[in-house]
Amino acid sequence: MLVFVARRIALAVVVVVGVIVVTFAVAHLVPGDPAATWAGPHASAAQIARARRFLGLDRPLVVQLFSYLAGISRGNWGVSIHTHRPVLSDLLTAAPASLELVISALLLAVVTGIPLGLISARRPGRPADQLIRAGSILGVSMPIFWMALILQLIFSQRLKLLPAAGEYSPGLLFSHPLVKRTGFPVLDSVLGGNWAMLGSTLDHLILPAVVVAAYPAGLIARMVRAQVLDTIGDTHILNARALGFGERQIFAGFAMKLAWTPVSAALALVFGYSLVNTFLVESIFDWPGLGSYAAVSIATLDTPAILGVTLFVAAAYVTANLVVDLVQAAIDPRIRLR
Amino acid sequence: MTGPEPAVQAAERTGRLAIADLTVSFGSGRVVSIAELGLGHAEILGLAGESGSGKSMTTLAILGLAHTVGATVAGSITLDGQELTVLSAEDLRRIRGRRIAAIFQSPSTAFSPVYRVGAVMTKALRLHGAARSEAADRAAQAMRQVLLSPDLMRRYPSQLSGGQLQRVAIALAVALRAEVLLADEPTSALDVTVQAEVLDLLRELRETSGMSILFISHDLAVVAELCDRVAVMRHGLIVEQGPAGQVLSAPASPYTAELLDAVPKLAGRP
Amino acid sequence: MIESPTITPPQAAVPRGRALRQGLLANPLLTVGGALVLLIVLVAIFAPLIAPFPGDAGTATHPFQVLKPPSAQHLFGTDQVGRDIFSRVLYGARVSPVIAVIVLAIACAIGIPLGMAAGFLGGWVDELIMRVTDIFLAFPPLLLALALAAVLPASLTSVTIAIAAVWWPWYARLVRGQAASVAGRPYVEACRALGVSRLRIIFRHILPNSATPLLVQISLDVGGVILTASALSFLGLGAQDPVPDWGLMVAEGQSYFTPDWWLVTYPGLAILLTAFAFNLLGDGLRDLFDPKRSFLP
Repeated sequence: MLVFVARRIALAVVVVVGVIVVTFAVAHLVPGDPAATWAGPHASAAQIARARRFLGLDRPLVVQLFSYLAGISRGNWGVSIHTHRPVLSDLLTAAPASLELVISALLLAVVTGIPLGLISARRPGRPADQLIRAGSILGVSMPIFWMALILQLIFSQRLKLLPAAGEYSPGLLFSHPLVKRTGFPVLDSVLGGNWAMLGSTLDHLILPAVVVAAYPAGLIARMVRAQVLDTIGDTHILNARALGFGERQIFAGFAMKLAWTPVSAALALVFGYSLVNTFLVESIFDWPGLGSYAAVSIATLDTPAILGVTLFVAAAYVTANLVVDLVQAAIDPRIRLR
Repeated sequence: MTGPEPAVQAAERTGRLAIADLTVSFGSGRVVSIAELGLGHAEILGLAGESGSGKSMTTLAILGLAHTVGATVAGSITLDGQELTVLSAEDLRRIRGRRIAAIFQSPSTAFSPVYRVGAVMTKALRLHGAARSEAADRAAQAMRQVLLSPDLMRRYPSQLSGGQLQRVAIALAVALRAEVLLADEPTSALDVTVQAEVLDLLRELRETSGMSILFISHDLAVVAELCDRVAVMRHGLIVEQGPAGQVLSAPASPYTAELLDAVPKLAGRP
Repeated sequence: MIESPTITPPQAAVPRGRALRQGLLANPLLTVGGALVLLIVLVAIFAPLIAPFPGDAGTATHPFQVLKPPSAQHLFGTDQVGRDIFSRVLYGARVSPVIAVIVLAIACAIGIPLGMAAGFLGGWVDELIMRVTDIFLAFPPLLLALALAAVLPASLTSVTIAIAAVWWPWYARLVRGQAASVAGRPYVEACRALGVSRLRIIFRHILPNSATPLLVQISLDVGGVILTASALSFLGLGAQDPVPDWGLMVAEGQSYFTPDWWLVTYPGLAILLTAFAFNLLGDGLRDLFDPKRSFLP
């Protein structure tokens, strides 16, 4: 087991290094001369040359790459052209909001997707199954930015049921100040016993979480259905039935237990996918997370920031995959006994 | 006796499983059509025939699981006089495993790969009413009865051999104190030496607990060795049934004779 | 289950003739998906004939018809410069699916040869290509495409290149798996022993076997590429005005959204429907070609 863990972690590190290299490569695709941009439009050739030396751009690319790698590991992810702050600190400030959104969305997706998938698998071909299948496919076909706008229109503007934007009602900050401990508003409300704020944060979380949950829910429902139908004809299922287990236990117990391995792999996948999806909806919901940061960086062509976000999300994705792999190995003996 | 012994009479005589006018069909296609078949107390009945003769479907029908593959069942199946075909799903579930147990051909796929075999055993025991500690004890005891160390219960199916897994399956039937064991080609996937061990085990089960065993196999040599009575199946019909010695040495049906001819014989031995 | 020894074919045979027709009828996903896709393709081809205001797909402006709600004359209303949204949505069918086709063509052109090489040659070639795909697959698709598109000048070409660069690893992986499994088969070894050239083996054995999974993957991916491309355009990295790209239309309509809902609703609906259609088709194809899956219990 230890060998497995060590090997997986080593692989993850290799991949992260690869990710950094690719990000570096993308950074150098920027057309134009960074030194000239930095030096300004009226700089002389000599000033530009001096700028190039100053920025370290005259060194061979390989040296620049190593210096970039070294910088990343030391926490120097560059400075944002727009905010003038270190990119890493910007990212760490913005990350909790996005993580809160993504985790809530994934929880929602799991809680809806798995039961729907099981219902679908129990009576394949019947109306409930067709409906759920169509719904799942709709979920994975949804343009997320559009869904956000439409839901905002319906539930905020027209029906006035849910708040349109923000993590919580700013007005509440005066009567029920929120103490920042973890950076996650929901957690901070619970930890501080701030129930009014908790209500507000949950209220504000609903629409964005539902929007981000659409794709994962559809994916999980389809996957559970496929996996369960795949295994339902297996001998051990027949054996379980012959032992007297009821249909519900067969599906939700035996069949589902086998499905957890691919479903958890899918969870890592949709974690990364959803984290990027937040880029599209955060500006719509005024959600102060990585997505808003990325949207602003794109609009201001803030290259260091864009690359910092890319690196951050990719690293988070690799980590999520690693965690899932390790959890899978703990649960499913077939993986670690290979 | 040359003709088939009426199953109802047989059941009245020895009491256990009786099948009468059983048909299993897929849509309009009939795959099993048994007029009568009976299994007595502490009796090992061999159901012989080639692949596709309907033997496995009969097992599914007895368990009340034919519908899971899309087949429909008509006729009568009685267990100790109780008619199984009219029972509710709930009642059938209580009988499956607890009173009628089954083991199948491929032991390596009989258990879920993600559960330890002991976990499946205790789950099944608790399903049928045992308390948690009682379940663990009964399972361990059953393992010893099939000559396996209870320590093996902590293993996953992939860590056990085919022979061991088949014995675990039998242990499960023993632990559940089933009255009838349906054994569908239990030794076909095993080596000859392991096969012999499993057969010994089945014989012993019959001796010590009075379990009735329906032993299904295409291998007439094994059937000859183990069974008291034999029924030969072909295309879903029972072409012949009677005491093993008689059916196999002086077959009434030409089909049985054909099957016997196909069994490879060692020089000088029948 | 009733265990009777069967030899499962290495790949499901492509059903032909009557079997194909029966498969189609029994497969509502495939039929509905296929019909919708056909409809979209027809709309794309005949847009100039169907659209009531073909000029609006281009640089036309009508200052006196700005932001008009849906009516008999303008089915989907007009946008902020007075262009007929219905016409623009119809013309949009020429943009997104075409990008998807080009992207996937490039992805296949790069991915398939690399995958073949990796699977068939094995050894360090395989290792190298697999590590490279690992790294690319470590990025969620939209992310890397976003980073690339952000550093390239904003245009549909950039978006196409960005998405293609991100998408090829999947196909390399897919083909590599097929090639590796076929390469290990005894009959291929026999071929090699007989001196059959590698190229011939690739074309006669590996390619046909990979055809169906590739086809399924491609039809499933079209929806994904369309969503990614429209997302990039929404962010301003792709199509620029006046191109009638659906994602761009949603972005442009965002500022007018609250009272003038039609600017965002219809283009977005078009994206949804197109992605939905291709996903249905892809799912249906997968059901058709995969022998294990069926509707029946």
